[in-house]
Amino acid sequence: MMDSWLFDVVDALLALTAVVLAAMSVLGSDQKRSIVLFIAFGLLLSLIWARLQAPDLALAEAAIGAGLTGALLLSALPYSTAEKGACRQQRAWADIAFNRALRGLAATLIAGVAIAMIWALDDGRLQSVPFTVSEQVFGHLPHSGVGNPVTAVLLNFRAYDTLLELAVLLCVALGILALGQPSVPVVAPGPVLVLLVGILVPLLVLMAGYLLWVGAHAPGGAFQGGAVLAAAGVLLLLSGHRDAWLPGPRLLAAALGAGLFLFIGAGAAMTLSGAVFLEYPEGWAGAIILLIEAMALLSIAVTLVLAYLGGPPAPSPSPPARHTDVEGH
Amino acid sequence: MVELLAGVLMLSGAVMFLVGSIGLLRLPDIYCRLHALTKVDNLGLGLIVAGLVLRHSDPRLAIKMILVWILLLASSAAIAHLIARQALRRESE
Repeated sequence: MMDSWLFDVVDALLALTAVVLAAMSVLGSDQKRSIVLFIAFGLLLSLIWARLQAPDLALAEAAIGAGLTGALLLSALPYSTAEKGACRQQRAWADIAFNRALRGLAATLIAGVAIAMIWALDDGRLQSVPFTVSEQVFGHLPHSGVGNPVTAVLLNFRAYDTLLELAVLLCVALGILALGQPSVPVVAPGPVLVLLVGILVPLLVLMAGYLLWVGAHAPGGAFQGGAVLAAAGVLLLLSGHRDAWLPGPRLLAAALGAGLFLFIGAGAAMTLSGAVFLEYPEGWAGAIILLIEAMALLSIAVTLVLAYLGGPPAPSPSPPARHTDVEGH
Repeated sequence: MVELLAGVLMLSGAVMFLVGSIGLLRLPDIYCRLHALTKVDNLGLGLIVAGLVLRHSDPRLAIKMILVWILLLASSAAIAHLIARQALRRESE
């Protein structure tokens, strides 16, 4: 075993680097640099979650926080700089003052919350709760149908929250679809990129399926798997597949709604059979959770790809042409 | 004996990463930096994986770690190529 002081040093370095990276990312004037620093910050944060023994969060942070959000920010960068160049001269004094006021307000708010949190922790206010949440979770875990406490909380004990989260995601997707056809830059992928995409996309699909399946008893689940599947879509977009292999409008709508409506449908069926809404029947919980998670994964992945695309996908040129795209030119 | 060998492998892997980081900071242009970075992180991770494989007796874990290394080999080589190609294009514009 390694000495524990060595881990203390590593933890201190991680925490310090995270703060420095965050400050550099927010305070820097070069947007591109800020985004790269933000991605590095996300990766560091996922390391910190791993050190805190929260592998579920580490996975989600790496896939969504660093990976997809980073890709989203990078894809938004050209618009931002183009607008800046056009109206740099007219940038009014009031605009700058407003920006500064906004930053000051945000900093004050964050500092206030931080001080309140330190005060609450230091005062032992949180310890006065008669029972801890983890005791409750682990006490009821055998009845939840899954062995992973995080999945048990998300899909069983607090299933309402996840259901409403999926509803929020569906609203986001509808908002994106309302934006109209995005202007996707035409890229000519080189042979190396085509080869890499040919290797990575099947692997990412496999990985998403694995995360979904393993979520029942180990870190993983619909959100992590959905983010990994969405990464495959982003790769396809980057390598010139302008529709990201997304299906036509009808199937797209079905995929977007699948998670939420299956969730609601399952809850309604339970209500009809005499149980409480989302009170899984004994012995069936595991199977129902897997089914809901599979559909939720699909909805999450499609929503995230739409977010990267910034609008409804372009109609695919002609279905048989897709496959020759991968192998040929 | 095996422990010692594993330690030497992992330590040389760490040294590789250190050299790569210094190269990234000190070398003059993007092509030299890419050269330093790709050679070193492939070899560095390979050495660390080799050390870890020696330390753990579970063959399933060993296969997983080797697969991670192979995936990194493929993606790092391809990404280096993409960055270099983009840089060349920008230069010729």
